Amino acid sequence: MKIQKKAHAGTLESGDVLVTVMPSDTLTIEIQSPVVRQFGDAIERSARDVLDAMNIRQGAIHLDDQGALDCTLRARLHTAISRALMEEDDTADPSGKDGNTVVMTE
Amino acid sequence: MRRSCLFLPGNQPNILQNGMVLPCDVLIFDLEDAVSEKEKDAARELISQALTTLDFGVREKVVRINDMETFHARLDIINVTKAGADALMVPKTVGSDTVQKAASILDEAEEKADLPLGSVGLILLIETAMGIEKAFEAASASSRVRALALGGEDLAADLGCSRTKASRELFYARTRLVMAGRACGLDVIDTPFTDARDAEGCYEDASYARSLGFSGKLAISPHHLEPIHRAFRPSESEVAYALDVVSAMRRAKEEGLGAVSLRGKMIDLPVLAQAERTLELATASGMLSTSRSTSTKGD
Repeated sequence: MKIQKKAHAGTLESGDVLVTVMPSDTLTIEIQSPVVRQFGDAIERSARDVLDAMNIRQGAIHLDDQGALDCTLRARLHTAISRALMEEDDTADPSGKDGNTVVMTE
Repeated sequence: MRRSCLFLPGNQPNILQNGMVLPCDVLIFDLEDAVSEKEKDAARELISQALTTLDFGVREKVVRINDMETFHARLDIINVTKAGADALMVPKTVGSDTVQKAASILDEAEEKADLPLGSVGLILLIETAMGIEKAFEAASASSRVRALALGGEDLAADLGCSRTKASRELFYARTRLVMAGRACGLDVIDTPFTDARDAEGCYEDASYARSLGFSGKLAISPHHLEPIHRAFRPSESEVAYALDVVSAMRRAKEEGLGAVSLRGKMIDLPVLAQAERTLELATASGMLSTSRSTSTKGD
């Protein structure tokens, strides 16, 4: 399945994360966080868990983290994807053969 | 024990996570008034994730769902039941119709989540004139109902009167709700005190609620937890008397008596029930340890 339209969830308030998902031919995860050095890998793992559970294979995922707990990150990403798929969930690409990239910035 | 029941806005993660450390009996994660229409989906998902992964200890985890007349209510019930809510708070409850509608969706949610039927309770928020008049009907409509709660702000709006600090406008509603709830063996929870900065005002309001028979109070601010607990803390003499009642009734039971004299007055089962409630409050207030040993005084 791929992201078909841009969608957001979350905020830039402390303890939250602003998630933006956009259409893309590949799967990219960009993480911006003040704790990316310490927790970047954990954030990416959680994001991938959610993406796998929702069968997302293509899309540009941007996470602007403000110190969110893991459950908050998962909730916001789930919501953003659900919003992006709303009324367009019949466009799934089951091939799952797309490349993917991770970018992390502090 | 439902002395202090604190609302937490459902779409603010930094506040939700405070629920793990706040000293309240009940946490109420709010999906209704505290969440704007366009953020209902995000709040539902956030609360579900929080319930699934965070440790809120012994606090009862309640979710205030959206009005049963909206399409959100069904999604709320299905999701938060699966996530592990102990009970749902149903806003704007009016009679048995609202309760049966919620209970029916809850049956389905429990089955989907592989939970025992009836394991998730309902707390009915009553906040309209018709809701007050039908309080007993609602309270007795389902075995899932655990408590009634009063929503004074919405009720005042429905009555067309102003909310005042003295809350005289709520007297009938408060007593009517206590009667309806207690008649069904339920807890009854008072409306929140709305001035977050006025701790002593909250204490006075909570003390008054306790004197009417309420078992606890809703809270919109963590600053109100201490005054609520103080208001529901029994006095040393009340605890001493309760211990004597329990002890005397135990002796009476051993002797095959239904009633017994204590301090010159006859005591029986209703007095025992009241004494046990006092000791529960004393234990929750830290006045008694959970492993209690009683000493008895003679008549």
